[in-house]
Amino acid sequence: MQPLFEARGISKSYGSIIGCSDVNLTLYPGEVIGIVGESGSGKSTLLNCLSAQIIPDNGEVLFRSPSHGDVNILQLTEANQRYLARTEWAYVHQNPRDGLRMSVSAGGNIGERLMNIGNRHYGNIRDTAEDWMERVELNVGRIDHRPSTFSGGMQQRLQIARNLVTGPRLIFMDEPTGGLDVSVQARLLDLLRSLVQKLSLSVIIVTHDLAVVRMLADKMVVMQRGNVVETGLADQVLDDPQHPYTQLLVSSILRV
Amino acid sequence: MFKVSNLSKSFTLHHQEKTQINVLRGISFKVKKGECVALTGPSGAGKSTLMRMLYGNYLATNGSIKIDSLELVGAEPQQILDIRRHHIGYVSQFLQVLPRVSALRVVAEPLIAAGRTSNDAKARAAEILTQLRIPEALWTLSPLTFSGGEQQRVNIARGFSHHYPAMLLDEPTASLDPENRQTVLDLIYEAKTRDTAIIGIFHDQAARDAVCDSEIEINALQQQAVVS
Amino acid sequence: MTSINPNSMTDDYNFAYLDEQTKRMIRRGLLKAIAIPGYQVPFASREMPMPYGWGTGGVQVTSACLTPDDTIKVIDQGADDTTNAVSIRQFFEKTALVNTTTDTEAASLIQTRHRIPEHDLSEGQILVYQVPIPEPLRFLEPRERETRKMHALSEYGLMHVKLYEDIAHHGHIATSYAYPVKVEERYVMDPSPIPKFDNPKMANCPALQLFGAGREQRLYAIPPYCNVVSLDFEDYPFTRLKADTICALCAANDSYLDEVIIDDSGTRMYVCSDTHYCEDRQSKGHTGTANSLDDPDNVDRPISNKGGDNAASV
Repeated sequence: MQPLFEARGISKSYGSIIGCSDVNLTLYPGEVIGIVGESGSGKSTLLNCLSAQIIPDNGEVLFRSPSHGDVNILQLTEANQRYLARTEWAYVHQNPRDGLRMSVSAGGNIGERLMNIGNRHYGNIRDTAEDWMERVELNVGRIDHRPSTFSGGMQQRLQIARNLVTGPRLIFMDEPTGGLDVSVQARLLDLLRSLVQKLSLSVIIVTHDLAVVRMLADKMVVMQRGNVVETGLADQVLDDPQHPYTQLLVSSILRV
Repeated sequence: MFKVSNLSKSFTLHHQEKTQINVLRGISFKVKKGECVALTGPSGAGKSTLMRMLYGNYLATNGSIKIDSLELVGAEPQQILDIRRHHIGYVSQFLQVLPRVSALRVVAEPLIAAGRTSNDAKARAAEILTQLRIPEALWTLSPLTFSGGEQQRVNIARGFSHHYPAMLLDEPTASLDPENRQTVLDLIYEAKTRDTAIIGIFHDQAARDAVCDSEIEINALQQQAVVS
Repeated sequence: MTSINPNSMTDDYNFAYLDEQTKRMIRRGLLKAIAIPGYQVPFASREMPMPYGWGTGGVQVTSACLTPDDTIKVIDQGADDTTNAVSIRQFFEKTALVNTTTDTEAASLIQTRHRIPEHDLSEGQILVYQVPIPEPLRFLEPRERETRKMHALSEYGLMHVKLYEDIAHHGHIATSYAYPVKVEERYVMDPSPIPKFDNPKMANCPALQLFGAGREQRLYAIPPYCNVVSLDFEDYPFTRLKADTICALCAANDSYLDEVIIDDSGTRMYVCSDTHYCEDRQSKGHTGTANSLDDPDNVDRPISNKGGDNAASV
């Protein structure tokens, strides 16, 4: 099997401050990789580099694109980057307000990506939006309501539907369960997990919550001060951590 | 099927004065196809640690674990994932499931991961849940709401749903009534006749005698494993 | 109206108010706009002796295009005789000493707010639109940096999101003015707040169409005979929209109608919004119901006093 996505030697500094340093990462189709670390460890910088939202100082990001073949994302034209970003990959923000158009109805939010790639049939767009609302367990009766009338968990599910509607292969997620109630988190994680399985999605998920990694991830990357200190199978790293920082992280979990 | 050579495991606890705990040292053994081997030894000897290493859940400090021709020690994560999907099943001591996932799905998941269609997997899951006497009314519920014995049977159903060529069983008959215990022993026996290589921990002496062909004693001194 | 000698400018103003450098700057912008149909060209909009919102963009474009031989017409919502139209017309009479007219065919340059004249335009004519907000994507994407990028990369899905929202909330595309168009299959453009009834007139038009947004400092253009398509969905095609009746004054059934409330009980009358077109028809003997008898109260006429839902597609 060939990797879907591969990052090599990604480094990004902000002046003398290291964002992330010489990060390597390989993702196969259908795999979920969790990037963990405390605030300021560089995990968000890394995610932004991997998704070409910021250009790293060094390194390359290779993506096996169904439409463009093997590409180095960082060398694509901005037009192609943006095209891939709204078709073959997706980005789920921590705060759904950053990923949704709050003044546009739920249906319009889901339909936008379809319209972006040239769908011009209202009825089809609406049918697809309804289908996706069902898939993310949203009440289809609320298709014409604005997301501002939705709860946080519903907004997050809407953001996921909006992102998945074009059938992306690769999803970037930045703390998708942050800011949600625990019960809502569990539901969202379960939903994500079943979507990942059903659609054979590859996911790169940044989180500081090890339970999220335990639940979703196949592999994990532990970051500390911009460096990757440990990588491996998610359950192996959680159950048999090798690096002092990972041991500290794992031993800090409260068990209920 | 299994070929373990000179396997060692030590834990370094960096935050407890860098304590080093040597759990296993120099373990070597082989398990053939169709053979069932019991790990024995006192509590704390490292039986479960060895099982976890065989499943890739713990890293080996030294040595080699081969499943067929596949080397587990030092393998890339996706190779281990592939081995887990297709080659080796693991029945842990306790069922670990996620909230909101139905019993049927819990049992069907390994089949889907191995490449069966969803409907096919569910049909097989239903079959084995029936065999293990889980009432159909419970199938759509999360096993988290089940009794300890029911959870253990769901766990066994999950482990045995796909016919792996190799299996690891950690106390499969614990907390089961005699009828279900016998069903599990039957499942193990069936697996052996399919040429499955099995390594298990059985505290239940009668069960061990019924299905196991040999025993590997993990030495209480945590130094040597002795093959009997 | 008198013929003007170009050398006999008033002592008080430079020709057409703006200084020559400013007019050159605007003309350079206009040339670029014409070269890239539908593309918004930034320009250094000047303070004009009138408030923003009164057509400062249109006035600057007119000023830059005007020659002493021009005859100009100024309309506001189709009418030659409303405040905005009259004052802009007077402005150019005073600062450029050009001929003015209300006759669409006689004008060489027409400055308009919110309408395209009913009468077909011809080659050599210039139609100058006053534009309040030139960015069609503005209300869905407030970041200018992002909308410019979307134009650059032809990412126009968002424009259809607006139309989608219309259908979702109203059952049809309810946008009835400032209806977005795509020019020459490239740039999506806001045609200024003209009724969508006028949209088809922009396509393949023999006249040069120029757009000026003073406050927003943008120029754009549709050169003659351009392809201009109103955006729509396959299953909700673009339709023109006008009141489903005829003009009460000239009986025209093909012109865009204004709804006029004529008494305290809410009685309505529909008349052509294009006053020149209406007067022209009346002078040719077309008579509507409102002026066919001396006492309008006794006439059977297309006047409605029910609610305002007389709109229909044509």
